[in-house]
Amino acid sequence: MRNTTNTKTTHPALIFWIVAGWVGFLLLPWYGVEDGILSFEWLIDGYPFDEDYAPAAFLIAQGEKLWLAPLLIPLVMSLAALGRPKSDPLYAKILLLTGALGFGWLTAQGFGIGIRGFNFEWLKALFGELGDRQFGMGFGAMVLASAFLFIFTQGVAARGAINGDVFVVSAIGGVIVIVTTFVFFPIAKMLLAAFVTEEGSYSVGVFAAKFFDDRLWGLGCLSGGRCGVAWNSLFLAVLVGLLTTVLGLVFALVVTRSGFRYKRALRALTVLPIITPPFVIGLALILLFGLSGAVTQFISDLFGVQPTRWLYGLPGILIAQVLAFTPIAFLVLIGVVEGVSPSMEEAAQTLRANKWQTFCTVSLPLMRPGLANAFLLGFIESMADFGNPLVLGGNFDVLSTEIFFAIVGAQYDQGRAAVLAMVLLFFTLSAFYAQRAWLGKKSYTTVSGKGDAGVHPMMPNGLAVPVFVIAGAWGLFTIVIYGMILYGSMVELWGVNNTLTFKHYVTAFSVRIEDSGIRWTGAAWDSFWTTIYIAAAAAPLTAVVGLITAYLLTRQTFAGKNAFEFGTMLSFAIPGTVIGVSYILAFNVPPIEITGTGLILIISFIFRNMPVGVRAGIASMSQLDKSLDESSLTLGANSWQTFRKVILPLLRPAILAALVYSFVRAMTAISAVIFLVSAEYDMATSYIIGRVENNDYGLAIAYSTTLIFVMLSVVGVMQLIVGRTEIGRRMSQSRTNV
Amino acid sequence: MNKIKRLLIPSLVAMVASVTAAQAEKLTLYCSAQEDWCQLMARSFEDATGIDVNMTRKSSGETFAQIKAESSNPKGDVWWGGTGDPHLQAAEEDLTEPYVTPMRGELHDWAISQATSAGDKTIGIYSGALGYGYNTDLLAANNLPEPACWKDLLKPEYKGHVQMANPNSSGTAYTTLATMVQLFGEDEGFDFMKGLHSNINQYTKSGSAPIKAAGRGENTIGIVFMHDAVKQAVSGFPVKVVAPCEGTGYEIGSMSIIKGARNMDEAKKFYDWALSTDAQNLALEVNAFQVPSNKGADTSPSAPDMSSIKLIDYDFKTYGSSAERKRLLQKWDEDVSTLPQ
Repeated sequence: MRNTTNTKTTHPALIFWIVAGWVGFLLLPWYGVEDGILSFEWLIDGYPFDEDYAPAAFLIAQGEKLWLAPLLIPLVMSLAALGRPKSDPLYAKILLLTGALGFGWLTAQGFGIGIRGFNFEWLKALFGELGDRQFGMGFGAMVLASAFLFIFTQGVAARGAINGDVFVVSAIGGVIVIVTTFVFFPIAKMLLAAFVTEEGSYSVGVFAAKFFDDRLWGLGCLSGGRCGVAWNSLFLAVLVGLLTTVLGLVFALVVTRSGFRYKRALRALTVLPIITPPFVIGLALILLFGLSGAVTQFISDLFGVQPTRWLYGLPGILIAQVLAFTPIAFLVLIGVVEGVSPSMEEAAQTLRANKWQTFCTVSLPLMRPGLANAFLLGFIESMADFGNPLVLGGNFDVLSTEIFFAIVGAQYDQGRAAVLAMVLLFFTLSAFYAQRAWLGKKSYTTVSGKGDAGVHPMMPNGLAVPVFVIAGAWGLFTIVIYGMILYGSMVELWGVNNTLTFKHYVTAFSVRIEDSGIRWTGAAWDSFWTTIYIAAAAAPLTAVVGLITAYLLTRQTFAGKNAFEFGTMLSFAIPGTVIGVSYILAFNVPPIEITGTGLILIISFIFRNMPVGVRAGIASMSQLDKSLDESSLTLGANSWQTFRKVILPLLRPAILAALVYSFVRAMTAISAVIFLVSAEYDMATSYIIGRVENNDYGLAIAYSTTLIFVMLSVVGVMQLIVGRTEIGRRMSQSRTNV
Repeated sequence: MNKIKRLLIPSLVAMVASVTAAQAEKLTLYCSAQEDWCQLMARSFEDATGIDVNMTRKSSGETFAQIKAESSNPKGDVWWGGTGDPHLQAAEEDLTEPYVTPMRGELHDWAISQATSAGDKTIGIYSGALGYGYNTDLLAANNLPEPACWKDLLKPEYKGHVQMANPNSSGTAYTTLATMVQLFGEDEGFDFMKGLHSNINQYTKSGSAPIKAAGRGENTIGIVFMHDAVKQAVSGFPVKVVAPCEGTGYEIGSMSIIKGARNMDEAKKFYDWALSTDAQNLALEVNAFQVPSNKGADTSPSAPDMSSIKLIDYDFKTYGSSAERKRLLQKWDEDVSTLPQ
């Protein structure tokens, strides 16, 4: 890989990819192996001649799947580049042509020929019926596709793009291809599904009929009836966004601008929403405020009022979501509130503004970016939330649950689901856009190199009192709710028999020691282990993709960088239900056929959580001075070596943060997962939802509590490791060599 | 880097280990009965035959949707449990495989007629009658009279106390709708649903949720299958079961083999086994109070006695068909669900 300057011998990376291409074509099974490539059952079961396991070359030799034969042309052509110097203009041309031809043909045949022969009418019209079919691509196809892709990027590099840097060009190419495949392609497929009629043809009329449906946009609630789901969702999300922002600000003010002692405990609150399975709060609310809830009963006994079902519907969802998402707003706002430099406030006070004037005219306006971000997050989280509306919704339907029931309901209307998903996506993207427009291009930078007192002024008293009351009340409420969750997992039968028991834990997590070893007899073990395994597999991959993207965004400049950034961050604005629906539509059929596998879960987690990895990477990389890279490059290292040996080690905290975050999110995600789980790969959250739907609350809460503790310990262990990681250059040698 | 390796290696090891483990004969089971019953069936079949079972529990509507979505490339082998309509619908849409089991001699007539009406693509495994249950404590606390008939539920004093599932998402609720149409005639049946609508406090998504909510005191009256209500009463909740005086419809819980199943032999083995007395006696272990289809299987003393309930002559063929189902659901959506409550 050291050959960016060497022009005599062939680049080893090129040799590697050409060899990989041949291996993919000649040796690896071309189509997906049902039991997974790693089971190696295929090796003894008729390989290499059996059609199910044969590599492409053997298929063609046996006269089957002849449409794969043209792939040989670019493969052979690539050999012509070997031995040519990089400066030879032919070198780049060969590579570009090889890569483009190979990748293009591979994609074209994959989409053109599916499980029922030709996929398009015009192909049938042109060539007649094919009389053959193909299943989803497997390992061979994947390796060959990667080979063509990276041969192509090396061609681009040889043409002089990004100073001929092979690593950077390849990384950009790789990220673009996977983001296109796993974000844009499914979304496009879903948008298309909104136009499909029952007979399978496309029509705008179908879309219009579904889009202008009264159930979506009806305004009946203004006159006593029911409103459309779109309005419901929008109204709820705006309320949740506003309330969480206000509450988040209240907590941030308590921590930064008051004499409050237990600030660390408050900060610990920020971990809660990340480790709480999404519907547990809803359950706890029912146990407290439902028709027969503890609080409801107490109040009705005390005042003699008739208990009602007020919780089910907008009030319940609102309370649950505000509880769940306030810590997120707090997390966002605390950084911003701290970041407002005291010097500005000091200046205001020197100019004889009183505390109120300072707060209203200086501090608050400077917090605008934080307020906008907090609102945006609350808005999007509320739009995407699936668990709480499912449990507490009553007759108040929102988009995320409607999408789910359009797919799973007896009417089975994928088109309607797609239309609903489009509306949801429109709302979240608009919120993104509105946030940017509101912040505008004003400068909010207040931290400069100049010294200041470093102490924030206290809040004015008129503000401090309500802030403390609200923060105290809400904090107490949160503690009660979590206490309830713990208590609820340990009572026999809530509301009927309140004796304490570990019964639910035993049902879920019992083990039996037998002669043959431990037998996991508890009902929850299957989904528990699957969840751990999927989360553990997804976390490192998320971190890798996220950090490479962050590296490209902070350290490299290239054409189309803004579009690149938008594309990689897009999946953050896409709600999980939308991802779930679009993955089902896109990946249940060849060429990429991965529904029902663990792989689809892993992939969905990678792309759901990637933006966080990217953000974490960008944040810490922009703290590393560019002179570090430059000195490494000047000393003769190429960009890959610089990335690996200089930047990566300095990024350890960011890597760990990305790892923990994606691991924990993978354990608590529900909205996308519920569409993608299968018999073999059932996840904890979808198992718990199943228990909740059956009103088996004891088991559901016991399982959730266990998950909370598992994740707490994961976060705790990681905090310990991060806490000890020191990245300064003045540390003693022994400690930096961890 | 070392830390990453330390994290990566266990996950890789786990990945390899888990994929190499699955080598033996296996079966993918889609189960639409209650979770513990599904678990018990899967584990017992494993114990009886040594075939590995992958089981997913989803409601019958969800399972039907999944089988339909996967029809060009089936992932499941057997679909066991859940109300019969979606099974009949699947048979009609040619999503399931015809199979004539040697066990037929041991079965009740209603189980076999379910099979013949669908061209042998499905078969009855249990049956249960529709009815409702109420929470006795809540009824007393609200000073409400005890209901005994369907039409009692229309009384204004029950406003906000009745719960049923949404027929769009639940087979149980669709059976309720179809029963009313057959019991009272289409016009009067829909009038009944409209009257009921103004008393309903929530349309739940899952079929048995209303009675479970009633058991926990979150709701007063739940329209469900009687065996679901019996189960709540047996588990200690203050629930009383009602067999409506006008007569009522019933479901035949069914089983089908999915067309193009990847493990066809194992699927047939499961099919035969699930109809045996041994397999059907398992129901009582998990408090499933349906009537089993094998004549020799045990029934619980707590189970509703089918002979004492006035059953209508439920037309599974007509009301299980896609077209009729779609028509009724659409009519319900347009005429009933949009009414103010």
